[in-house]
Amino acid sequence: MANSFYLYQNPARLDVKHSFSKLNLKLCSIPKFISFAVLVKMAKNNFTKENYLGWYEQMLLMRRFEEKTAQLYGQQKIKGFCHLYIGQEAVVAGTMSAIRKDDKIITAYRDHAHALACGISADAVMAELFGKVTGCSKGKGGSMHLFSKEHNFFGGHGIVGGQIPLGAGIAMADQYKGNDNVTVCYFGDGAARQGALHETFNMAMLWKLPVIFVCENNGYAMGTSVERTTNVLDIFNIGNAYHMPSESVDGMQCETVHHAVNEAALRARNGDGPTLLEIRTYRYRGHSMSDPAKYRSKEEVEEYKKKDPIEQVKATIVSKKYADEKWFEEIENKIEKIVLESVDFAENSPFPDPSEIYTDVYAEPDYPFINE
Amino acid sequence: MRIIQYREALREAMSEEMRRDSNILLMGEEVAEYNGAYKVSQGMLDEFGEKRVIDTPIAELGFAGIGVGIAMNGLRPIVEFMTFNFSLVAIDQIINSAAKLYQMSGGQFNIPIVFRGPTGSAGQLGAQHSQAFENWYANCPGLKVVVPSNPYDAKGLLKTAIRDNDPVIFMESEQMYGDKGEVPEEEYLIPIGKADIKKSGTDITIVSFGKIMKVALSAAAELEKENISAEVIDLRSVRPIDYNTVIKSVKKTNRLIILEEAWPLASISTEISYMVQKNAFDYLDAPIRRITTADTPLGYAPTFVAAFLPSIEKVVRIAKEITYA
Ligand SMILES: Cc1ncc(C[n+]2csc(CCOP(=O)(O)OP(=O)(O)O)c2C)c(N)n1
Ligand SMILES: [Mg+2]
Repeated sequence: MANSFYLYQNPARLDVKHSFSKLNLKLCSIPKFISFAVLVKMAKNNFTKENYLGWYEQMLLMRRFEEKTAQLYGQQKIKGFCHLYIGQEAVVAGTMSAIRKDDKIITAYRDHAHALACGISADAVMAELFGKVTGCSKGKGGSMHLFSKEHNFFGGHGIVGGQIPLGAGIAMADQYKGNDNVTVCYFGDGAARQGALHETFNMAMLWKLPVIFVCENNGYAMGTSVERTTNVLDIFNIGNAYHMPSESVDGMQCETVHHAVNEAALRARNGDGPTLLEIRTYRYRGHSMSDPAKYRSKEEVEEYKKKDPIEQVKATIVSKKYADEKWFEEIENKIEKIVLESVDFAENSPFPDPSEIYTDVYAEPDYPFINE
Repeated sequence: MRIIQYREALREAMSEEMRRDSNILLMGEEVAEYNGAYKVSQGMLDEFGEKRVIDTPIAELGFAGIGVGIAMNGLRPIVEFMTFNFSLVAIDQIINSAAKLYQMSGGQFNIPIVFRGPTGSAGQLGAQHSQAFENWYANCPGLKVVVPSNPYDAKGLLKTAIRDNDPVIFMESEQMYGDKGEVPEEEYLIPIGKADIKKSGTDITIVSFGKIMKVALSAAAELEKENISAEVIDLRSVRPIDYNTVIKSVKKTNRLIILEEAWPLASISTEISYMVQKNAFDYLDAPIRRITTADTPLGYAPTFVAAFLPSIEKVVRIAKEITYA
């Protein structure tokens, strides 16, 4: 797999233990008598140039990659169910800068951005969308089921809410092993209606599992708005029923997401258990490629586009003079190259041989499949 | 040889494996402090501690999914269902996660998990507590389904299931936990997917698995008195199924009865009938017969229980019919 095409380096998802940001690296060496609340306060408003440039580059890759995906879907190069993340990028970008490389990520079927942000190459993701053998799931998963063990990406899952107990289990295994990794488990506002969520929240609190539940509330589950599914419009309140630390977060800004995840990660690493973050965001496109999104107004979409996460980060970079026009141009070109090369890579890769239908079903190498 | 109970054999299998591999843990309702709803895990909390023997709330969907997540992240959980009737609440995580993740991830995430507990009816428990879902789980690629019929098999197969790198559904019986049988002190493993000829014979082949093996063996003993020599095959696992052992036997005896505690439509016996007619058509001297449960939910009254299950009398009657005795 030509991972080398993937030039983007996540600036903040660090390898180093106990270093959620440069600032926190320092904070962690501060004696224990400084309270948790004070530590969190101190961490606020302390983002570096690298944070902003990193976020910008990362989100631009997600955006351009998916714009290309939509085109290719139109050309029938990509098939099946395909859900775009456009508009929601700050949720993943703000999370990734607040956690470490050895932390674990799991999400639903709207998973392209999560996979890219975990460090899976654009080549491997695009090839998977094409169903090619060079894809990150060898062409067996498709858009909804991207995976990479190497990058601690535990997948895209297709049963709404199904990944919620899985995420808690992944965290439980890390707790059992005695390391201080956290698992970030993403799901939608629609998934918040599943029984699996409630069972999992209860056990995650009971056992103080190091998991961060991130509800990406984009306002809709397919065509059904949150108001049409519940009386509890503040989804984070569900966590309170289990005495889980819970809050709602502006998901159109990387900073707010980063702060919230950073705090949740500190709590989890400290052995204090899970957090529910209801991150309020918006998808600009339809639910999937086949959805014209007639259930909402153009005005509503335009309102959110005014808060576009990429534009917001760009504005900060410009106002703080972190980079000049030339830099933006360079990044745009670099990402265009990555995306175009990923399409070439996918186009030129073979489909899996039909005989591969019998591989990877069982770990046992000689499982006796029934033929007729 | 040493004689122990079926539940003790299961406990030994789990305990021996947990001593050998610290990545194995046991979780489920009442497995720890209560020592197991059927006392299978008696004493295991004391030996292994609460980190490895974990009481869960009554939340099958949640803890089955948590178990699968644990397995995704490098450990080897054993998840006990109080009975498999309740596994239906968790079946999404078994079918959509455990059985799918290895394939969907292109071979990156295998799921070494055992879901175990009792299956089938256990007397007058009414319709919701009397169901056998072996064929449901056996239908699903990605799973293995093991149904041991005696203490020796239970121990050897459970140890193998725990070491298996794929998800295994391991189905026991409330009515077998007290059964006693010979189990050696020395360690042994039994491979999954190999049937066992529990009694050899020449006139008719009887195939079964799990608790109903008792009916099969008792019927064979009855038939022996009437000079009908039955070969009795215990499938031991219903995914995969050891078709070859069955086909080989039918080629010798030319007659086949399949016994099973399951509703008739799309049952394991239906599947075996297909394979035998396809591979041994010319060897059959009589139609293949199956004896399943009644095609109904199981009612409470004792008369219903008797009428519902495969019986020795029915096996003997049908065996005589097809041997023209
Ligand atoms: C159990 C289940 N029911 C229904 C579906 C069909 N479905 C797929 S996505 C979806 C909406 C989910 O919305 P949400 O959780 O808010 O996530 P979003 O798509 O907004 O990211 C539905 C109903 C499914 N995949 N799984
Ligand atoms: Mg939604």
